[in-house]
Amino acid sequence: MTFEFAAVLRRRALDVSFTVRPGETVALLGSNGAGKSTIVEVSAGLLRPDSGRATLDGQVLFDLAADAAGRGRPDVFLPPHARRTVLLAQEPLLFPHLSVRDNVAFGPRSAGQSRAASRLLADEWLAAAEVSELADRRPGMLSGGQAQRVAVARALAASPRLLLLDEPMTALDVAAVPAQRQLLHRVLLDRSVILVTHDPLDALALADRVIVLGDGRIVEEGPTRAVFAHPQTDFTRALTFGLDLSAGPPAPISSV
Amino acid sequence: MTWFRTGRVALGLAAASVVLAGCAGTAGASDRSPEGSTGHTETQTETLTVFAAASLTETFTELADRFEAANPGVTVALSFAGSADLVTQIREGAPADVFAAADLATMAKLSRDRLVDGDPTVFATNTLMIAVPADNPADIASFADLAAPGVDVVVCAPAVPCGAARLALEAAAGVRLAPVSEENAVTDVLGKVTSGQADAGLVYVTDVAAAGDAVLGIPVAEAEQAPNEYPIAVVAGSEHARLGASFARFVTGATGQGVLGAAGFGAR
Amino acid sequence: MTLGVPRWTLAVAAVGALFIVLPIVGMTLRVEWSQFGALVTSEASVAALLLSLRTAAMSTVLCLLFGVPMALALARSRFPGQRLVRAVVLLPLVLPPVVGGIALLSTFGRRGLLGETFEVLGIQIAFSTTAVVLAQTFVALPFLVLSVEATLRASGARFEAVAATLGATPGTVLRRVTLPLVLPGLISGAVLAFARALGEFGATLTFAGSLQGVTRTLPLEIYLQRETDADAAVALALVLVAVALIVMVATHRPRGLS
Repeated sequence: MTFEFAAVLRRRALDVSFTVRPGETVALLGSNGAGKSTIVEVSAGLLRPDSGRATLDGQVLFDLAADAAGRGRPDVFLPPHARRTVLLAQEPLLFPHLSVRDNVAFGPRSAGQSRAASRLLADEWLAAAEVSELADRRPGMLSGGQAQRVAVARALAASPRLLLLDEPMTALDVAAVPAQRQLLHRVLLDRSVILVTHDPLDALALADRVIVLGDGRIVEEGPTRAVFAHPQTDFTRALTFGLDLSAGPPAPISSV
Repeated sequence: MTWFRTGRVALGLAAASVVLAGCAGTAGASDRSPEGSTGHTETQTETLTVFAAASLTETFTELADRFEAANPGVTVALSFAGSADLVTQIREGAPADVFAAADLATMAKLSRDRLVDGDPTVFATNTLMIAVPADNPADIASFADLAAPGVDVVVCAPAVPCGAARLALEAAAGVRLAPVSEENAVTDVLGKVTSGQADAGLVYVTDVAAAGDAVLGIPVAEAEQAPNEYPIAVVAGSEHARLGASFARFVTGATGQGVLGAAGFGAR
Repeated sequence: MTLGVPRWTLAVAAVGALFIVLPIVGMTLRVEWSQFGALVTSEASVAALLLSLRTAAMSTVLCLLFGVPMALALARSRFPGQRLVRAVVLLPLVLPPVVGGIALLSTFGRRGLLGETFEVLGIQIAFSTTAVVLAQTFVALPFLVLSVEATLRASGARFEAVAATLGATPGTVLRRVTLPLVLPGLISGAVLAFARALGEFGATLTFAGSLQGVTRTLPLEIYLQRETDADAAVALALVLVAVALIVMVATHRPRGLS
């Protein structure tokens, strides 16, 4: 699932172009307002850029030009529900009127699967996220960490071709972050993922590559450890201050 | 804590004052000072409040102007509504000095409870007439035509004077109407005719005269058998009883009769 | 008990509440209880009450059918002139009902904008129960639109955005996410609309006329009874108050069901 992305959005001063290779997790870093969330929203179809083009696995998600007349081909803009780019935001945003299981089953149901099949799928993903015991609860009865795990299950049950994670740890309390990181490490393997984050630890634990944004443009790009070990910009330098990268990549956790 | 107690005290006072105000304003006009004792002279400004039935709007407005002209320093304040409405208001203590009703039955509701001074005097009569829009879309020619199917006829509700007259007229003519609407006041009936909502309406001859070109009037022969007699009386407990009586005499006198007759009212 | 507001505001609030409660109490004290049963079960009274309930229910359904899409259009979409459209749609809230009646007459009356066409087609709206429903819907619609629109704005479009990225088409989003989330606002809006329709008077009188069983709703019956039988008027008024109270109390859901 190769994801090619190029977009310009003047009112947010955004002008970027990058690629996510199949099975790769790319972390987007940058200060507030650098354009990270904008890229996620444009990728998901929630925001329309002034011009640009994006393809996912060969399918055109959008193809817009500032000047359509001179181009010779019509503008294309796929609505969110047709893209299979699933968004996981800072807040879990679980549908409050549905049970946890029905929340997770929402994606498959919307794709046309029967209620029974969807619920089966939901139970599988709840097990993968290690929250099976919460299946019959209402979202209002979950803790922040539990809700975020359910949100991950829900996103994955929708069979995304590209997963968009917008600062998934920010709203969690500190104690819940490590467990969530482990879960994500497990489920993001072999998936195309864009991960927006503030935290270099997230990038180190989860991302193969990082893209650093500054003022709406890409200022650094490359494999995570390489970029962090040899920062080219002040921002990256500050971000990785004090990080000791001499130890190897984190080993996969088998249990707990 | 003191604020809370102050609040409670304020609340108690407010509630008490509301209740007291309620007790103070009694319904009857009988609590008013007896009439005539203040001894107003003609040169001081005096306001006379006259409640009159809706069908008297044009005539009484003119009579009020003439009365004011004849009595410098006097202002006549007029209030027009359905007679029954006015009765209710007077019962509740509205400050009326003179009341002119559209039929004897309505006036009787006040005189029965001794809410008027002495016996009311009949000053005019009025009979019903058919009113149709100027172009007479339903081709009405007689009272019997009103009962034809498909004719939208609007009348007064039986509870009001013009409605009682309508029932009497139906009995006299031997025709039962099936109206599409029964209004509370004859002015509402006329309104539905002039706006074209109704094919025909039963109103007073005076209403047809006042409406001019907007409606066409079709007389009903049997109407003479069911006229409404309009009585006038001074309201009991009025502070302007002498002036009120003077106005009543004005209405029943030559000037009043002249104005009423010109508008189409019958003689008393 | 922890108090969230300064105590004096509660005192002022109590006075305000009294202002509404006292007149109702005053009216209740006027009722002739010995005749109450006979007065409210008379043929005219029963006809008026049943007509009122029927027409108010129909009006509420119409308000829901049209009001929800209107609220969606105002809260979730953007089009030129939106502010003006919103102001016009909410006009019946501030217009005197009689003015509403006149407006309806000039459109649906026999000589009205659309009325003339209807006449030719053999449809007569004036003096019919349909006219009553139209008048009630006209005055009650803004209540429902406002209530639902406010709820939509409060919940924001975030859940709907998430649902879309999960693969739900706009129709599915509406059915499975938007409408369930807006349900509390929908219910309170429907209750308000029903109560407003039940009490509608000025527009009905002007536009629909007054005939027992056809157009004489309970408020119109009270208006008529005032002329002759004050006791009947008060008794029926109490019935109207009771019905409104029952409807509102029965459908009120205390907050806290997140």
